Amino acid sequence: MHEWALAEGIIATALKAAEKENFQGITKIKIKLGELQQVDEDIVKFALQEIAKFQSPMLKQTEIELENEKAVLKCRVCGHRWAFGDVMKELSEEDSESIHFVPDIAHVYIRCPKCNSPDFEIVEGRGVWIEYIEGE
Amino acid sequence: MDPRLEIIGERLKDIKRSIAISGGKGGIGKSSVASTIALTLSSLGHKVGLLDLDFYGPSTHVILGITGIYPQEEKGIVPPEVHGIKFMSIIYYARDNPSPLRGADVSNAMIELLAITRWGQLDFLIVDMPPGIGDATLDMIRLMKKTGFLIVTTQSKVTLETVKKILEMLKELEVPIIGVIENMKMLKSSSVREQIREFDVPLLGEIDFDKNLEASTGDANQLLQTDFAQSVRRIVLSTPEFKL
Repeated sequence: MHEWALAEGIIATALKAAEKENFQGITKIKIKLGELQQVDEDIVKFALQEIAKFQSPMLKQTEIELENEKAVLKCRVCGHRWAFGDVMKELSEEDSESIHFVPDIAHVYIRCPKCNSPDFEIVEGRGVWIEYIEGE
Repeated sequence: MDPRLEIIGERLKDIKRSIAISGGKGGIGKSSVASTIALTLSSLGHKVGLLDLDFYGPSTHVILGITGIYPQEEKGIVPPEVHGIKFMSIIYYARDNPSPLRGADVSNAMIELLAITRWGQLDFLIVDMPPGIGDATLDMIRLMKKTGFLIVTTQSKVTLETVKKILEMLKELEVPIIGVIENMKMLKSSSVREQIREFDVPLLGEIDFDKNLEASTGDANQLLQTDFAQSVRRIVLSTPEFKL
């Protein structure tokens, strides 16, 4: 349930942003779930709904949209781009779980498939991100 | 929007005081000082956390002989307690492997750890910083605003020059500076005291070079018996920021 901690961050951030915009209520939160972090979408959704229930009246009518984003990595040495999904199955369960907790740890366990360098960029799909919030 | 930044304050809200152990160079004893301060505060009955933020060269687990433990997952991650200290480090995830992280990755990993770690109630959180004024230090200043910095130095002119740069930056940013510890003292000299005078920060104490310290590596009880630990204890007892 490490997802719960991320969900708390989403709610706190959405509320802060809504306050800044003088919203009376948040109607929608759009969230991207980066593949690299391998969070469980159902748990994130459940946690968000549970936290929202008790957190603030601003979240009473909030639609939560989750979108999975594929992770793309790009080697800084040879320029090769590849999908995390292609190499994910080669990771041990332990390595995969480490990346789940701290996605940047990918540099410890993943190498460029072309030149074997650990020096790559996580172009997209790193972790949990709030795309936007809507309110009224 | 990054959903992690807003929750960090919540994660740290039950920590009465956080202290970053920093210095300009590697190998000057920051991690030994940080580990021993944490052990000493715990032995004095305080609730203590130790966070190792030196992602390139984490060493507090080596100094304290911490192996075979892992955080619990409970609405985040709960650091395990060892020697009475709640201990958090990148080693749980990188294990014994090198971490080839660029600056932005260091920053991201640090933010992730701060956002998901549930410390609970602590009297003191001791943070072992990587050397210098890079990403981890800048993020510490940005994200853990109330953290006081304790700077470790040696008599070495090279080290002192880097320490002066850190002090200058912390002063400019109005970051609280607890003071300076002179470590590994081998010669009677007041050079450190003289060099830091312009910054108006206290010299908290001088720790003589302890040739027996290395033999205590990996054994927290043996570490506490060293002359080094006795010196650290005197510093802890005489420094107001270590009292609540």
